[in-house]
Amino acid sequence: MDAALLAEMNAERRARRAVVLVTDLTEGRGRLVRPGDDLAADPFGEEVGKRLRSGQSGLATLADGASAFLTVHLPPPRLVVCGAVHISQALAPMAKIAGLDVVIVDPRTAFASPDRFPDVRLLASWPQDVLDELAFDPWTGLAALTHDPKIDDPAITAALAAGCFYVGALGSRKTHAKRVERLLAAGVDEAALERIHAPIGLAIGAASPAEIAVAVLAETIAALRRPAREARSAAA
Amino acid sequence: MGEHATVGGVDVLDVAEAWRKSGRDVAIATVMETWGSAPRPVGSHLVVDGEGNFEGSVSGGCVEGAVVGEAIEVIGDGKPRMLEFGVADETAWRVGLSCGGRIRVYVEKLA
Repeated sequence: MDAALLAEMNAERRARRAVVLVTDLTEGRGRLVRPGDDLAADPFGEEVGKRLRSGQSGLATLADGASAFLTVHLPPPRLVVCGAVHISQALAPMAKIAGLDVVIVDPRTAFASPDRFPDVRLLASWPQDVLDELAFDPWTGLAALTHDPKIDDPAITAALAAGCFYVGALGSRKTHAKRVERLLAAGVDEAALERIHAPIGLAIGAASPAEIAVAVLAETIAALRRPAREARSAAA
Repeated sequence: MGEHATVGGVDVLDVAEAWRKSGRDVAIATVMETWGSAPRPVGSHLVVDGEGNFEGSVSGGCVEGAVVGEAIEVIGDGKPRMLEFGVADETAWRVGLSCGGRIRVYVEKLA
């Protein structure tokens, strides 16, 4: 492997962009393939596409005998929790155990206090004021839990625009219908709004805040690990 | 999630880049295949310099010593190598995987 290629790959990883290193095992040469590249024109394109979805590195052998090792680098998944509420107190440690980097945002300092949230990154600000720090991207999920449109709506709008892998919002069907009306009026497109999971969480009959946290975390993991299946059920 | 470059907060590929920039010779070892119970997933890295210093792991400690030795050879002649370790290997009693698994490791020089 070439030092310049490693530097280029590391720069992509630091910028939280997905990249696949294709190492030709016959010649020992490596090259980078990105999700936006023309995979149809690449002999290993199909395999790259498959592995970008699964996140699994591995060997690939073509019909003509050429073989390569594909090292898949996907950014580590993050979860932004909007609302330093009771559900979040359970969700933050659970999500951390599940391997997600967690950030909590809530402008209400009485809620967003380190006493209530030890060991979690807390931003006591309005979501729209700290978008750089929230850093929404396709490897970040959002759970909007304040139940307050003034706080949740800007976070949801930004997360949809950034293509977050998961956007869930607390509230009944009625509350969500009103939310959809507001966001449509604010110019968010309808297809994007259909990506919002609301009412939030898998339907497991969750009652307590901790149980709702389990439902939200399970839904987040499903969106991360089974995006194709999610798209199919959304289309149905 | 495919992020095997970070071990205990140390990003081994960043280490490889930094070592190379500071003028050290570097080899990168990558787990290419595993069979049975192998302690580190496919895609895991071990980086080695010409003095035998290393970061990361390909097996959780079982065969790192042997990989470091081979890596120094790779740094010497620049030719990549494919190594295989496991119970089927006759050296298994010396450098094998006590878990009973088998792994293939590719070692290449960072040119």
